[in-house]
Amino acid sequence: MSSESTPALLKGAAGVESTASGGPAPAGPSARSPRSRSTAAYARYAAGKLAGAAVSLFAVLVTSFFLFRLIPGDPVKQMTGGRQVSTEQIAAMRREFGLDLPLWQQFTQYCGKALTGDFGTSYQFRAPVVDKIAEALPATLLLTGTAFVIYTLLGIWLGARSAWRNGSAGDRANTAFALTLYSVPSFWLGLLLIITLSVGIGPIPGIFPTGGMESGNTEGIDRVLDIAHHLVLPVVTLVAVEYARTLLVMRSSLLDEMGSDYLTTARAKGLRDDLVRRKHAVPNAMLPTVTLLFVNLGTTVAGAILVETVFSWPGLGGLFYQALSVPDLPLVQALFFVFAAAVILMNTLADVIYPLLDPRVGR
Amino acid sequence: MTTSMQKPEPLEPEARKPSGPPAKQVPGQSPRALTRARRRQAVARFWRQYRTHRAGLVGLAVLAVIALLALTAPLLVGADSQSVTNAPGGPMEAPSGEFPLGTDQFGRSLLALMLWGTRVSLTVGLLAAFLSVAIGTLIGITAGHFKGWYATVIMRVTDWFLVMPTLVLAIALATVLSRSVWTTILAIGVTTWPTTARLVRAQTLSVESRPYIERSRALGGGHRHIMSRHVLPNVMPLVLAQTTLVISTAILTEATLAFLGLSDPTIVSWGGLLQDAREAGAVSSGNWWYLAPPGLAIAVVALAFTLCGRAVESVLNPKLGVSR
Repeated sequence: MSSESTPALLKGAAGVESTASGGPAPAGPSARSPRSRSTAAYARYAAGKLAGAAVSLFAVLVTSFFLFRLIPGDPVKQMTGGRQVSTEQIAAMRREFGLDLPLWQQFTQYCGKALTGDFGTSYQFRAPVVDKIAEALPATLLLTGTAFVIYTLLGIWLGARSAWRNGSAGDRANTAFALTLYSVPSFWLGLLLIITLSVGIGPIPGIFPTGGMESGNTEGIDRVLDIAHHLVLPVVTLVAVEYARTLLVMRSSLLDEMGSDYLTTARAKGLRDDLVRRKHAVPNAMLPTVTLLFVNLGTTVAGAILVETVFSWPGLGGLFYQALSVPDLPLVQALFFVFAAAVILMNTLADVIYPLLDPRVGR
Repeated sequence: MTTSMQKPEPLEPEARKPSGPPAKQVPGQSPRALTRARRRQAVARFWRQYRTHRAGLVGLAVLAVIALLALTAPLLVGADSQSVTNAPGGPMEAPSGEFPLGTDQFGRSLLALMLWGTRVSLTVGLLAAFLSVAIGTLIGITAGHFKGWYATVIMRVTDWFLVMPTLVLAIALATVLSRSVWTTILAIGVTTWPTTARLVRAQTLSVESRPYIERSRALGGGHRHIMSRHVLPNVMPLVLAQTTLVISTAILTEATLAFLGLSDPTIVSWGGLLQDAREAGAVSSGNWWYLAPPGLAIAVVALAFTLCGRAVESVLNPKLGVSR
């Protein structure tokens, strides 16, 4: 989405660029007007993006409601689990969960409550959906956050090195290795890691826990260490399958900068090659990568479903899988909304922040 | 993989030149024959450049071998090797001379199951990618060709699909619909098309701004003529590159859905084998030989398609700087 809006903004900002990019700004009152006009333009642009995000969020809400109504099977029958129940009891349960109303009334109720942050009551846990999600959210944020930081740094670092030595044996080995890991199913890699490092084969002892987030009998600093110990394998799995994307984008955007005159200038100044890369080329190449980072952050939350399932991590992904098998409609709907909303919000954030980072775009 | 990491050869000089003698307008030669000759030249030129990409060649060779194995699976191992009753071996046997990859919990030979799984993975991958790319191309071309409210609406729908977490949507669809191979294909095809649609639309817009489209329109070419005769041939190379890349995504997604138990449980597939292995307790008992081959096979096939796709992409757009 952002890539499309960029050229249009570039055109609009062509006049502003000259004042922003260097040289003393022309004195006098005339210097102020383009600046304020561009601020207004940016505000309009940001407002447009936010409005678009709101529309998308609503569309997701509608989808989450109707899509999961298609699941075959009566939720009330699932809840009673084959026990003997009278028709009155069934009717009472239908009323309790609002399933006796016509579909459109259920829908308007659902939307109205969702706006106030109420996603209903989970069928299987008999607890507010929001509470269940709030319970699982920290675990997911911890896992995806840690993995995100590591694979972003790793991807940028390796991508920059790869592009700098474009075509060398190191570059090819680097790209090939990343692509290979990118093609590996994350759940399989997770299972293999569990077998080799948790269960242990042959001479290799099991040094990591097979799953879960903590052993449950520790306090204070020991608890932090325990959680970190549990965190290692899931994070390694996520990083391994995800870092290739950052690497490839960083590599190609640095390749775009490689022929630039300012790098020749920097070298002519007598800067070491390493400094030219770190201080001049990489900061410029970072700009396109920033958009990808936000998108990554949004998709990793949903991408962690499998890793969480394999490592029985008590996060949103595991909860989603559990809820699907019932099917626990309110929980599934709410989680679907959360996963999609994460992507939408991150994309919008990238769109809104990008012009602030790159003065050539917007402003 | 190691073969792809050797020194890059300098581009063959002939690959740079516009190849072959230019097709001369010989009087009496029909326009159709001319077009055909030109297409043949384009294909030959494409192949000459593709050949310089080592990684692409490796990918192609791997795919050829795997396709051959999939086609000849019934000849290599009998159809009865999938049957749970009267399986030849004991349950969960380690690899041996008789069963090179060991046996599963029913005593079936894992090598035979792997061969059968090849067919499912390739079929689902190819069909789902084909469906996805077909939808994407159709929507991309029409959205680029027709302006106005149609394009606006259709691009909003595309944007909406683009932000949907693909895997979550595919899982939801596979849960909602009945369990079969076709459901898997549909779920993947319906969720992965937006990227293609965006690429194709951008290419369509750039093709339609060229003068020969205006000429064609002035000569009376209708919407369908312009879209099918002028735009489609021009976006086809892009679509081809996109297809190979989508196939690897589709194969990975198929394995994922099967692993989550959302595909037909009666059909042997690589993802299904992994699920079987997990349910049979191969993880806790450390039976790595049961788990390793299916995942490795998925990775190899997905990687082979990715390598081919990247090679095709860089032939079409050399600025990408894909290593050879």
